[in-house]
Amino acid sequence: MLKRPSYIIVGLIVLLTLMVLNLPSHTKARLKLGIGNLFLPLLGLAGSSQQLAGAALDGVVPPRRELLRQNEALRRENQGLRFKAMEGDTLERENARLRQLLGWQTRQPHKVKLASVVLRDPSNWWRSLQIDLGNRDGMSVNLPVLSPQGALVGRISSVSLTRSQVVLLGDPSCHVAAEVEDPSGDNGVIGASGPLDSGFVELGRLSGNADLKPGQLVRTSGLGGIFPKDLLIGQVVDTQPIEYGFGTVARVKLAANLSALEEVWVLVQQ
Amino acid sequence: MNLLKTILLLGAAFLAVFWEAAFSGLRRALGGQIDLLAPLMVYAGLCAGLPTIALLAAWSGLCLDSLSATPLGISVVPLFLVGLAVYGSRELVLRDQAFAQALLGLAAGAAVPVLTLILLLTTGHRPLLGWGTLWQVAITGVAGALLTPPCFILFDGLHNWLAHARAAETSFRPDREIRRGRG
Repeated sequence: MLKRPSYIIVGLIVLLTLMVLNLPSHTKARLKLGIGNLFLPLLGLAGSSQQLAGAALDGVVPPRRELLRQNEALRRENQGLRFKAMEGDTLERENARLRQLLGWQTRQPHKVKLASVVLRDPSNWWRSLQIDLGNRDGMSVNLPVLSPQGALVGRISSVSLTRSQVVLLGDPSCHVAAEVEDPSGDNGVIGASGPLDSGFVELGRLSGNADLKPGQLVRTSGLGGIFPKDLLIGQVVDTQPIEYGFGTVARVKLAANLSALEEVWVLVQQ
Repeated sequence: MNLLKTILLLGAAFLAVFWEAAFSGLRRALGGQIDLLAPLMVYAGLCAGLPTIALLAAWSGLCLDSLSATPLGISVVPLFLVGLAVYGSRELVLRDQAFAQALLGLAAGAAVPVLTLILLLTTGHRPLLGWGTLWQVAITGVAGALLTPPCFILFDGLHNWLAHARAAETSFRPDREIRRGRG
């Protein structure tokens, strides 16, 4: 069936694969980065074509009455948000003053950076994406990533000069220490989900007597040191006892729509 | 080795990987991303030499892994194995028949993700697995079946358009020329 040169080529391919797989991790990461950078011109092309499409759509102007209505609605929303921001400022000052009185450590404020999602993992068995911020924008591994609405999306897993890879919630390598908003404050760990249901994740490592109800909010607990406390993850859908009732696992509906992310916030510690 | 065919295949593989990573409309609609590399491997297996198959598998596998969380180099082996299997049985396949091409595309589209998953699990990685994986394998298989025949039309057309036209054979044969004249 196969001739001698065929065996030589098969051997070469196996050798190449073994060599690449056994490279030191930093060399492998650099090689991966180098090959990934070959796609940069295509990314630029895709971006400019989107801009062109946007510019073409700009020509289609909605009627004046509709614009006036939208303008009025936005003006009202803006006023409401200004008032809320003012309230927030007052509460923040009050909080800082009380913390000072109690001798508590003041909370480190977070800075956020907006990033565009440029690529998604082409494989079906990982849940990751790439954003257009990299080393030169101050990105580093393990920075939390949020949706435009402020819900947790995942964390940065690797960084290059101009891009970063984000592992999303539900990926086997993205574990988050979480806490349920119930009177007992049950703690667990958000783990992997099924390959099809990107909107749901499992909250495991809950105690057997955890009393969770559908609709309860799930937030980060701050344990583990990667994700700050109180970031919204989602809400409990249902629970199921495991290990003969010694443990409980809950299904959590994510607050962020991971399959429709166009832009994300990266939380940078100041 | 036909250099033009090889260059066309490598270029197409590069664009296919970019498309899979940049456009996720089908992924959202179907629940899984389709694989465009399997039809290319079937075409290479039936119409190109073994060096081209090896080069295509190595190039497209490395490109795919560079944009994915899959460890670099893992995707090379399944693609090459599929190309090699098609190459080994090319004498038995009616390669001009769309039905045969579609069947090979179906098998290749399903085999590539299964082999990749087996490799990932053997090397100690933990990919997302579940009953939904069967659906995703079915999707890539059906996509392979649907895309392989157009792949043949496209590449054969491109090759005919870009390559030199084959010289037409004339009926003139010098040994049969009847020499007329005096003497």
